[in-house]
Amino acid sequence: MPLPTRDVIGILTDNLRLRGSVLPIPARRATRWARELDLPRGGETVLYTGMMYQLIPYIERLVRLEQRLGDSPLARFSGVARRVNRFVNGAALIARPSAGERAEYDRVPTNVAKLLQQAGVEFGYLYEDDLYSGALAHDLGADAVVATHAQRVARSFREHGVKEVITIDPHTTTMLRTVYPTLVDDYDVRVRSYLEVLAERAVPAQTQLSGTVVLHDSCVYARYENVVSEPRDLLATTGLTVVEPTHAGKLTWCCGGPAEALYPDKAAAVASRRVEQLGAAAHDCVTMCPICLVNLRKSAGETVRFRDISEYLVEAGGDHAKRSQI
Amino acid sequence: MSTVVHRDLADELRLIGSYDAEACMNCGVCTAVCPLEIALLPRRLFRYVELGLADRVRDESETVFSCLLCRACEESCPAEVHITENVRVLRHWLLEGSH
Repeated sequence: MPLPTRDVIGILTDNLRLRGSVLPIPARRATRWARELDLPRGGETVLYTGMMYQLIPYIERLVRLEQRLGDSPLARFSGVARRVNRFVNGAALIARPSAGERAEYDRVPTNVAKLLQQAGVEFGYLYEDDLYSGALAHDLGADAVVATHAQRVARSFREHGVKEVITIDPHTTTMLRTVYPTLVDDYDVRVRSYLEVLAERAVPAQTQLSGTVVLHDSCVYARYENVVSEPRDLLATTGLTVVEPTHAGKLTWCCGGPAEALYPDKAAAVASRRVEQLGAAAHDCVTMCPICLVNLRKSAGETVRFRDISEYLVEAGGDHAKRSQI
Repeated sequence: MSTVVHRDLADELRLIGSYDAEACMNCGVCTAVCPLEIALLPRRLFRYVELGLADRVRDESETVFSCLLCRACEESCPAEVHITENVRVLRHWLLEGSH
């Protein structure tokens, strides 16, 4: 049984309003990936993670707990949990992923920073001011909370003198590029995904990879932001053979992830069907969204191997220390 | 069984955001391509709104919040209805509970 929708949404939006993220985690955790990169603070162009990849292991822990609670008598006390959460950051106390789980997803922003550096892009990072975009709350219809949060993010951009933002994931991209201009007056920030930036630079790969991969398009990249050719152009430089699944590009099939916060079982059913489609095309699948990655990976078990596109691009870019067998 | 008709429901939704479901032709393409295979979403739901059947919409709250917002339906909609934004507006209306 799912937990009562109104209480779950209430906790998520209370967190965004009071603590700046639907799932507040300490800034030192969210910025740990950048520790050894020595990225300059701020600047006209910044790499903006929106904390999405870093949040995934925490979200996974919470969803597992939510599923257990939903099947227990404690589900009746979700309203109490919401009231307590206003005073105590419950998520931070409950969701404690292992260092290994965190490292798995922290690697993606590190990869992207290295790829941009290799392509000669100059950029900074906002560290503790790299805030969550509000994507989930926006999807859930919590418009007033999201509007206030968008003002907070835009104010941070102004204070740091940011004119251009390079994003890592589709959900942050569409929030900053398409939604924020409708919520913030005089919002004048150029927003591009790193996939678009890298594709435009067309940097040749240093190493040719071998193997066949199937590409899973993100619904948000493909249908909201028209990012379809860029991942294909980038993978074409790596030497990999890229095959298309049933339902590709603008007709891609959802991973089910957007339903996970409220209805994990429905999310799993959609993911299972997509894994079948992808597995019929190849054993190795490339994703470009943290939600897709975790949801499909969880559904597939060992049947299909899912990896973020940045992993392949870094390997082809000559970072031999990170190479692994495709 | 009596049905209460909330005649201003569609107007109320248009005040919340960009709600354009009245353009729906009820062709069913959206239902055919939905990864969740939800028969209700979105065309029957939109019909409830146009008819002012607020209680029916409220009864389908779980369905409204289940939608993946993946836009598979919107990509194929011949009337170019902004289906996902309409669903988002309905979520806002349900959450606000001011009706």
